[in-house]
Amino acid sequence: MTAAVDKAAPVAANRERARSLAMLAAIWGVLALAPFWMPYLGGYTALGTRVLVLGLGAMAVNFLLGFTGVLSFGHAAWFGLGAYGCGLFLKFIAHSTPLSIVAGTLLGGVMGAILGALIVRRRGVYFAMVTIAFGQVFYYIAFQWSSLTGGDDGLRGFQRAPLDLGFTTVDILYNSTAFYYFVLICFAAAAAVMGFILRSPFGRTMLAIRENERRARFLGIPIELHIWIVFTLSCFFMAFAGSLYALVNNFADPLGLHYSQSGNFVIMAVLGGMRKFWGPLLGAAVFVVLQDYVSSLTVNWQFFIGLLFVVVVLFFPRGLLGFFQQRVQS
Amino acid sequence: MTLLRVENASKKFGDLVAVDGVSMTVEPGELRAVIGPNGAGKTTFFNLISGFLTPSSGRIVFDGEDVTKLLPARRVWRGMARTFQITEVFPELTARENLRIAVEVASGYRLKTWLSRDADGEVRARVVDLLDMSGLVDKADRLVGELAHGDQRATEIMMALALRPRLLLLDEPTAGMGDKETYDITQLIRKLHKNQNLTIVLIEHDMRVVFHLADRIMVLAEGAMLAEGTPQEIAANEAVQTAYLGKAA
Ligand SMILES: Nc1ncnc2c1ncn2[C@@H]1O[C@H](COP(=O)(O)OP(=O)(O)OP(=O)(O)O)[C@@H](O)[C@H]1O
Ligand SMILES: [Mg+2]
Repeated sequence: MTAAVDKAAPVAANRERARSLAMLAAIWGVLALAPFWMPYLGGYTALGTRVLVLGLGAMAVNFLLGFTGVLSFGHAAWFGLGAYGCGLFLKFIAHSTPLSIVAGTLLGGVMGAILGALIVRRRGVYFAMVTIAFGQVFYYIAFQWSSLTGGDDGLRGFQRAPLDLGFTTVDILYNSTAFYYFVLICFAAAAAVMGFILRSPFGRTMLAIRENERRARFLGIPIELHIWIVFTLSCFFMAFAGSLYALVNNFADPLGLHYSQSGNFVIMAVLGGMRKFWGPLLGAAVFVVLQDYVSSLTVNWQFFIGLLFVVVVLFFPRGLLGFFQQRVQS
Repeated sequence: MTLLRVENASKKFGDLVAVDGVSMTVEPGELRAVIGPNGAGKTTFFNLISGFLTPSSGRIVFDGEDVTKLLPARRVWRGMARTFQITEVFPELTARENLRIAVEVASGYRLKTWLSRDADGEVRARVVDLLDMSGLVDKADRLVGELAHGDQRATEIMMALALRPRLLLLDEPTAGMGDKETYDITQLIRKLHKNQNLTIVLIEHDMRVVFHLADRIMVLAEGAMLAEGTPQEIAANEAVQTAYLGKAA
């Protein structure tokens, strides 16, 4: 009995590893080749770019929600701050795409770190409510301060700058394929950092907090400090995604800060599967494609997203990715 | 030197005095049992010691330092570990992962995003040691939430032990267990106490366990200390017999 178990365990572990390697290869293959296969399915490259950027945002929300068990309902604030930071930098300070991304990421990330420190003692619904409030404060600031932000009309008058690689420049403004690969590289870098953290001792303290806060505390983990660090990291990832979003649209708009946008990120994460690293990306893909396709047929596309969301929550509690993985395993 | 000294600790919940001026000293290497009827305030007393609650009055002195106001995590860092009456583990992680987290935190790695090969190897080896000691080896890679109740409790005790505590607080370690499991856990605790000279305070309802393990026993009733002494003294104490042992039997 014991011997059988001892032998069975490594075999199962190897199969598990092989399966996750196969999935990684499939994901990166699909993403890397997207500009080539998407047109055949009626898609276009800019749609893929949107999936990457919103997917990264949903993964950032999920870094906090799925792996630490903390629900923020105001994460669009950091996404939107990233977008405005990036756009304002391009418009008023310097015509450099990399620097504008750094500016947007810092603006959203640092604000998130500061405000996060004020709320890490709140839990559950209270935490979610305070984060909504933060989000709305930034929404109204962006809405009202029209001399700087363009107010209701959004921030216009900036464009992503060509990438200067020293030996050559890459046009990412008009060449949508080049821009897609630029965003894919940014996405890969952020995803790699996230994955690296999650596999580390610190990442395991996140799981500990999600699984059982009391046990974690009495193992000697200072919960508030760890949640604050995760929240801050999540805000930086979010602002990074927001900066990219400003570049996607050459535009930033107050609705990007609104709590309904925060809700969309949470929906993407839950739809795809919030216990899975790649779940939110799948959720974002479904969300974006459905939005793009259904909104060309009817203005009530949100109804269909809502319907799908309810079906997933009721019948596939592990999300679409969790459901597919189960099917593959059995 | 005395390891733990509780001085006149009280805890009030509104009008209810759950712990009423209780004092206790525990010497290094001692195994102390705390017994008493349901609702006597035993768990609340543990909560005061471990920092889950702050006392309404009184002091907790651990290893010569007043820790009354310290947060739980800081008491853990000073060498206090505990388990709970209702098992507290990480249910959707495996037993190995549960222990691994405890070992990493105890090794001071909790903020690390990377471990050297050596450090990683040491962590793994220590986890295997703990699994061996507890007889959980066969079940190491199953989710703890899917293990039998007794195995979940064993996992929790091993997590506390992974912290290399100087004082281990166990709240009813055999609660809800069958005879076989109770025996196994009792043997485990006995081994830790005898072989590693670990100082243990445990709350227990099972009198066989208490009289088998304890060096000294403290009896609580309605929040107050009723008696304190060796197992023989407690067994012979009439007040205890009427208040507790008589009723339990
Ligand atoms: N957080 C709390 N708020 C209010 N009352 C509490 C709280 N915790 C415990 N009590 C009350 O304090 C009293 C002592 O409870 P405690 O859990 O310490 O008893 P116990 O001796 O551990 O009992 P048992 O043997 O059933 O575990 C009980 O009357 C209980 O209802
Ligand atoms: Mg109790």
